[in-house]
Amino acid sequence: MQSEDVAYIRQVQAGDRDAFRALVERHSRTVFRVAFRVVGNEEDAEEIVQETFMRGYKAIGSFESRSNFSTWLCRIAINCSLDLIAQRKPTQPLSGVDAEGEEFELQVPSTDPSPERRMLSTEVKARVTTAMAQLTPVERTAFVLRHFEGRSIEEISSVLNIRGGAAKNTIFRAVQKLRRVLEPMGRAAL
Amino acid sequence: MKHLTEEELVQHYYKDEDDAAASDTHLRECSTCREEFEKLSTTLDATSAFEVPERDEKYGEEVWNRIRAHLPEQEPRRWFAWPQTRRWVAAGVMAGLLIAAFLLGRVSKPTSLTGPTDIAQKDAGREKKVLLVALGDHLDRSQMILVELTHASHTDDLDISSEQERAEELLAANRLYRQAAVRSGDADVAAVLDELERVLTEVAHEPSKLDGAELQAMQQRIEAKGILFKVRVIGSKVRGDEQRPEKQGTPAPKTARQTT
Repeated sequence: MQSEDVAYIRQVQAGDRDAFRALVERHSRTVFRVAFRVVGNEEDAEEIVQETFMRGYKAIGSFESRSNFSTWLCRIAINCSLDLIAQRKPTQPLSGVDAEGEEFELQVPSTDPSPERRMLSTEVKARVTTAMAQLTPVERTAFVLRHFEGRSIEEISSVLNIRGGAAKNTIFRAVQKLRRVLEPMGRAAL
Repeated sequence: MKHLTEEELVQHYYKDEDDAAASDTHLRECSTCREEFEKLSTTLDATSAFEVPERDEKYGEEVWNRIRAHLPEQEPRRWFAWPQTRRWVAAGVMAGLLIAAFLLGRVSKPTSLTGPTDIAQKDAGREKKVLLVALGDHLDRSQMILVELTHASHTDDLDISSEQERAEELLAANRLYRQAAVRSGDADVAAVLDELERVLTEVAHEPSKLDGAELQAMQQRIEAKGILFKVRVIGSKVRGDEQRPEKQGTPAPKTARQTT
């Protein structure tokens, strides 16, 4: 996949704008998935997908073919996500608790659920969503990349511009916070 | 028998530990750790309930259709795009930007200009854009140091000499940007740069090797000031200003929020 990406990237770098279409088509779903998990709602994730490809297109001249395009794009998507969170934070906290101390539920995506998913209790879904919302943006990003995207510590360090040890520690903090929210529910519920 | 720590169990779950075989052996022999690991695994597995809405195979095409009209013409790659050359050019550009930032700070005045000064205003607008790009880069680099320090594990001693070197480098530039922001009347940016300067100074003057308690104390001081968040907010604002066109031209792509 990477070698095919490189061929398209070279065409774009040579001035062929339409070659970028192939890259958008190949990576849009991944970018959306990462963005959704970091920002927690569909509307913002859509905005980030567009912004990521716009920024990616502008910066593609500086892309070096020995890098992994997917990781490079992921880094842009994460930056866009963190920027959006930073802009929204004063008026729209990404927290599971509102100003009155009441828990609120962030959007749980509506999908056509499989039979197994239908059986999963609404409470677990809500708790997981709330627990994810209690992570700081950097913790959430590191956790999403490691847990859901299966990215290596090296890749996460590169995306977040932190050292490997700091990346591991960030993931650990995220797991600790998730456990504090989810484990009181008991193993039976999980 | 020494039990596995929570951190080691998390690393084992993700196969990030240095000696996976030793952890496996321990978990076979120790029922306490095995039980703790199972509890951890159950919790982490439960996060799969955090679903992502499906996007079908045509999604990429939809994204392309939304952005294609707004993509500028791509300049063919030129000699300066090669990494080695680029580093040297970047170093020169950075030096130039710092001088530009300094000069801009010296010559700009907060009073409004009219008539024959239009040209000067346009020039100042362009210079400001250059300054915004450089300032955005400066804030990104500062943020990187702060993230590294605030997320470092304080269970072991830490050598922060490389962060200190970078903090020293950033301090000189920070002073110039702060002065430029004060002179151009941007109080919010100036205030954050002022706080950032104090934090960078503090980092630069700490002992280069910190024990766990010293590191934790420094992390608490940084976190108490909320500087990381402030830098991120100002960074976003600066990038927003940087991307804002000087005149109205091609409209920006519609966002999902605008289209719905």
